[in-house]
Parts: sequence; C-alpha cells; structure tokens
Amino acid sequence: MSCCTAAAACGPAPRSDRSAASADGADGTVMELIIPSVHCAGCISRIEGGVCKLDGVRAARLNLSTRRLRVHLSDQGSGQAVIDAVEGLGYECRPFSASEAGTTVQDKQARELLFALAVAGFAAANVMLLSVSVWSGAEGATRDMFHWISGLIAMPAILFSGRPFFRSALRALRARSLNMDVPISLAVLLAGALSLDAAFRGGEEAFFDAAVMLLFFLLVGRYLDHRVRARARATVSQLLSLMASEATRVTGDRSERVPVDQIAVGDHVLVAVGERAAVDGVIFAGTSDLDRAIVTGESMPVAHGPGDAVEAGTLVLSQPLTLQATGVGEQTFLAQVVRLMEEAESGRARYLRLADRAARIYAPAVHLIALFTFIGWMIVTGGDWGRSLWIAVSVLIITCPCALGLAVPAVQVVASGVLFGKGILIKDGTALERLAEVRRVVLDKTGTLTSGQPVLSDLDMDEAVLGMARALAARSRHPLARALVRETDAGAAPEPRFSDIAEHPGQGLSGRIDGQLVRLGSRAFAGPSAEGQTAATTEIWLSVDGRPVGHAAFADVLRDGAVEAVAQFRADHLSPVLLSGDNEAAVAQAARAAGIDDWQSAQRPEDKIACIQAMMAAGERPLMVGDGINDGPALAAAHVSMAPASASDLGRAAADIVFTSDRLDAVTEAMQIARRARNLIVQNFGLALAYNLVAVPVAILGGASPLVAAIAMSSSSLVVTLNALRLRLPALSLRGRTRQKAMTAKQEIAA
Amino acid sequence: MNVLVFLVPVALLLGGFGLAAFIWALRSGQFDDPDGAAERILLDDD
Repeated sequence: MSCCTAAAACGPAPRSDRSAASADGADGTVMELIIPSVHCAGCISRIEGGVCKLDGVRAARLNLSTRRLRVHLSDQGSGQAVIDAVEGLGYECRPFSASEAGTTVQDKQARELLFALAVAGFAAANVMLLSVSVWSGAEGATRDMFHWISGLIAMPAILFSGRPFFRSALRALRARSLNMDVPISLAVLLAGALSLDAAFRGGEEAFFDAAVMLLFFLLVGRYLDHRVRARARATVSQLLSLMASEATRVTGDRSERVPVDQIAVGDHVLVAVGERAAVDGVIFAGTSDLDRAIVTGESMPVAHGPGDAVEAGTLVLSQPLTLQATGVGEQTFLAQVVRLMEEAESGRARYLRLADRAARIYAPAVHLIALFTFIGWMIVTGGDWGRSLWIAVSVLIITCPCALGLAVPAVQVVASGVLFGKGILIKDGTALERLAEVRRVVLDKTGTLTSGQPVLSDLDMDEAVLGMARALAARSRHPLARALVRETDAGAAPEPRFSDIAEHPGQGLSGRIDGQLVRLGSRAFAGPSAEGQTAATTEIWLSVDGRPVGHAAFADVLRDGAVEAVAQFRADHLSPVLLSGDNEAAVAQAARAAGIDDWQSAQRPEDKIACIQAMMAAGERPLMVGDGINDGPALAAAHVSMAPASASDLGRAAADIVFTSDRLDAVTEAMQIARRARNLIVQNFGLALAYNLVAVPVAILGGASPLVAAIAMSSSSLVVTLNALRLRLPALSLRGRTRQKAMTAKQEIAA
Repeated sequence: MNVLVFLVPVALLLGGFGLAAFIWALRSGQFDDPDGAAERILLDDD
C-alpha cells in the first residue's frame, strides 16, 4: 500500500518537538485531534498520508497510544480541512486542547516517575551485584570496598528516586496524618544512613540493597497507578468534545457568528437545520420538528412553532428557526442541570480507596511495631542503641509494603487493560472498586436501554412506492425518514425525481411527480385516518394524491444485549429500575420488552436525582446508567455511573465509566471484571499480610539479614503481580468462556 | 582478587551506559507512543 507517498514530502512530525498544543513558534500552529477508532498500522499510514497531502500541512503524526493526531499547520493551513480529511477517510475525530484536559502536566509527572524508576532500577541491579558477592563470603577489605561502592551508588539513588515518597510523606506530616509514604521514607532514609555508618565502621551487614530495591518496587507500583489514572484522563479528554461555543445572532437583516456568551436575553438567534440550539429561547419565527432526546429523553421529535420554548441542546430537524433568547449563561436549562450536578457531587461522600483504607490501619501499626522492637531490644541488650536501631530498621524494611504498594495498581492496570480491550473506558481508578460494590441498578431509557434510533419493524410498500418513499425521505433529517433510508436497500427500487419538495414540520414531506402530489409522513398527514396509532410504535405513510399506498412502522428497539443485561442484573439481585423522561406508554413498552418491572415515566432531572439520593441514603449503592443531559445530575449523584459513548457531552463528563460498544451487556461485563478485580485486590492484600505474618516475627527477633529481606521482598512482589495477571485469564465459569468466544468471533468479523 | 579492580568499574560503566541510554530515549519521546512504535514497524516507508 503506497498511500503514504505524500508523507515523504512532509514527513512525520519531529519527535523531539513536544511544545504544548497551542501556537508553535511564530510561523504556524499545532492542532491536536482525537481519533478514537484508530488501532493499527494501516490507520497510521492512511491518516498521516491523507492529512499530509493537504495544503498547508507541514507534518502530521499519529500517536496510537493516546489516539491523538498532532498536525503542524503553516499559516495557510486550515484546521477544518484536516478534520474533513480525517472524516473523509472514515474516522470520527474531534479537536482537542491538551491544556484543557491537563494532560501535559500528566505527561511530565509520568516522565519524572519513569526517570526515578530507571535510576532506582540501575542502582538496585548494581548494588545487588555487589551484595551477592558479600553474601557469598567476601571478607575484610573486599567487603568494605563493596559496601563503599554500594553506598556511593545507593545514597544518591535513594535521595533522587525517593523524592516522590518524601514529598508525599512531608505533605501528610504537615497535615498531621500518616500515610503509607511516611514509613517508606523513614525506612529508606534510616536504612541508608545506618548502612553508611556500617560501611564507615567496617560492619558486616549493610542494607543498601534492600533500600534501593524497596524504592524500585514501590516506584513500579506508583508508575502503574499513575498510568491507570493518566489513561483514564486521556480517555475523558478524548470524549469531551467542544460544546457549541458559537451561535448565529440576527440583528435586522444582518447575521453574524458570535461566541455564545455574547448573546443577551432578547437577542434573536438563528438555528440552522442540523444544529443544536446554543441558548434557551422561545421560537420567534419558523416551525420545525425538534429532537429533544438528549435534553429530556423524549424518543420522538415533536413539531414546535412560534411561541414554543426550546432548551439549549435541542436539535433542529426540518426547518431553520429564529429563537428569541430567554435564558443565557447561568439561566439556561443546561446551567441548571450543571448546578444540580455540582450539588450532587459535593454531596457525595469522598470515596476512600481500598488501598487508603488498608494504609490507615497499616501505617500506624508498622510504626508501633518498629518502635516496640526498638524499645524491646534496648531493654534486652541493656542499652545497645546501635543494634536496637538496626533491628528496628530491618523491621521497617521488611514490613514496608512492597507487595502492598503493588497489590492495587497491578490489578487495576490489568483490569483497565482488559476493559479497554472491550471498549470500556474507566475515567477514575476508584470507579472500578465502586462498581464492584453496586447493589442496585438504575437505567435511563432513550439512548441507554434503547438504541435511541428508530428501527424499521414493519414495511408494507411495493417497489415503486418504496422508491418514492426513499427519494423523499433522503431529503429529511427526521429520524424516521433517516431510518427508512438506512434500513431499506438502496438498489431495491428506482428512485424517481421529485419537484417542489417541501417539509411540513410535525407532519411529513411532500413532493410532485408527473403532476401527482406525493406525501410521506404521519398517519394524519398521509395515512387513512388519524385513529389507530399507538404511542410505542411509530408509522410513516405514503400517499399519492391523497390515496394511501403504503406504510412502514418503526419502533425504538432495545439496545443489543439489553435483555441479557437486565436478566443478569436480576440474577445478581440488583433489582433494576427504569427512569425515563419519555411518556408513559413508550416507557412501559420498553420496560416490558427488557423485563423490568420497576419503571417511572416523565421524570425530570430533579426527580431522577431524588430517586438516586433516596437509594444512596438507604445504603443501596446504585449504579446509574444514562446518557442524556437530563441524566447528568443522577449520574453525578450515584455511587458509580456509566454512560454510552453516544451520550451527551454532559452525560459523558458526569459518568465514571464510558462504554463504546453498542451492547448494553458491556455494563454487566464491566461489573463482572470489577468484581474479579476486587477479589484479586483483596487476595493480594491477604498475600501481603501472610508474608508479613511470617517475616515480621523473624525481623523482630533480629533474624532479618539483608539477604532474607531481599528474598522476601522480591518474592512477595512477584507473587502479587502474578496474581494480578490472573485477571487476563478467562473467567472460570462456563458463561464467561462462551461470552469471550462470542466476543472474539465478533472482533474477527469486525476486522 | 585484583581482577575486581577492572570488573567492578566495567560493570558500573556498562550499567551507567544503559541508564544514560534509557534517559536519552525517555527525553527524546521514544516512550510516548509504545503502541504506535510497535505498529509502525509494519509500514514500508517509515
């Protein structure tokens, strides 16, 4: 494939260039795009090649790990052209500002940790090399020299690589509390100092190796932990597309694009077809079908005319509207929802991570044990403080939570990797822990339980009629018209050419062919009579000169996997509840189809959040799954929340976990993995504890030589890490296995 | 044991060389996109 020949002209972006994603020098700019679906070398060459061909593009480089495309534009380059080119290649993309998402700070921290890790690793390997010689019997001057060299390597390494721990320990001490980093810092620094003293005196044992190895293992844990969070943050920034930030203001007969915050109450704003209203307003001129699915959860568009209120975020479908702004900034429906969300978030008790809960008990215990060991040995040896301190430090080193430091991050890295592979993105490291504790599930209907898109359920049209219907429907943005075009065969029937096509909001389309008036639309507009229409199924009819000749029925079908997911919730005693803003009939039908008994319709954002808060108060730890703007507060208030990738910006921002697959059983799958991860974390704590139960008494009795410490430390870390990797193995239950098979089969088809 | 006079510095030097190489690689951004680097090897013209 030579699609990248153009790349030779402009080449990949220089790797060493890592300036922020803003202006890059005086002569051009750098833009970054998020392209969520890239996955292979083919994507790299297609996208880089395609973008490089554009005028004004100096260089483009796709980062597959972060799924970001970085484009260096000269002054003539247009960002929109790049976006169009990438979308033309069949990839969805969104512009993205690195400074907004705070990822540049993240990258810097990751690099610093990796740097510290490398230094600690280098020191640990070399000191270990020397220590092995000491353990195998080096004596006298050789041993002293080895201790000296070890000290020369270890002390700078400890001071350098230990900084992340020292900083955090200092912060904790200043706040008059203890965290895990206090005993770590104490152990490492004391061990270094005492070993230096031993080297001076020509002592037999030194703890240099243990100190640097401890740092090395802990830094591995710290780095993994950081990567989980950094990846989480990157995925969020991938999904936070830029909100509509501009609107068209009409003054007299002049119209101009202005930033939304410059629109004042009373201004006239033009909203084009296919655009979302940027402000709350009342329709001043125009009549159009409005899609409010993402705002209120209503599944079908409704016609609105002059005088009707429109919320920001509403999608205009059939004709451009002029709105008179009634609410801007803080007064909009959106701002109210955001306010509710913020209240909900501040009301949610800060979740204490499992690791922190363990540290709360562990850190004081470690200090006390070391202190008592010191006092005990002072008494036994009659005041030999050097020996007593030595043993106390060896206790600190042995108890230091090598395995504990790896217990959680190792599992989380594996778990988020497995979930990432299934298209489930975790925004917050604790979300996984919280997901494992869920006792109740609350679902939204439109866009969550259902696909949010009408699907053809019945078609009664002959070939010629279908051709006419398709030709008319192709001219409309109404979801039913789109569904008709999408779900019928393009080549099935010849599509005649119409003249005088007009769209009638709330009714349908009309056009003329050979002098005949053809109408496509609602039963009242083109059907036999207005009666007999049910709310749950929606029909469109086609009539020629007022005579109905065919119809098609649509239903808002459940998402794939919804029935399975609900069945699984029931099996897990999570009693699912359906809360929707849609009308009663539609909600009842969806609930029945999915097998949910407990449902409520016409729910406003306030009602949803009240329901969630009642569950929280009752200790039911609800999982909220939703997508709309109206779900935002409930998503923020719930113990843990999930949103599909198709959700509104607000919904995705509020949710802890976002799933990109179209199937609802991604939710149950995530829960399953979260539970297994939690089990593994608890197991790892158990392993670390068991190790301590054996090692600590030995250390207290003064039996912990540097060799014992080294073996104990590395073996326990290894065991914990290997245990975490078990998450990658398929679940032992039969169901897990078949599902995995189905998944891989699906992936193969997709590939 | 005189051989140690050579071997220990050699070991340290080699280790230090590895460390320096790693830090250089880190600084020049070679760890920024591990997934991409693995795939790019499949491209003909890179």
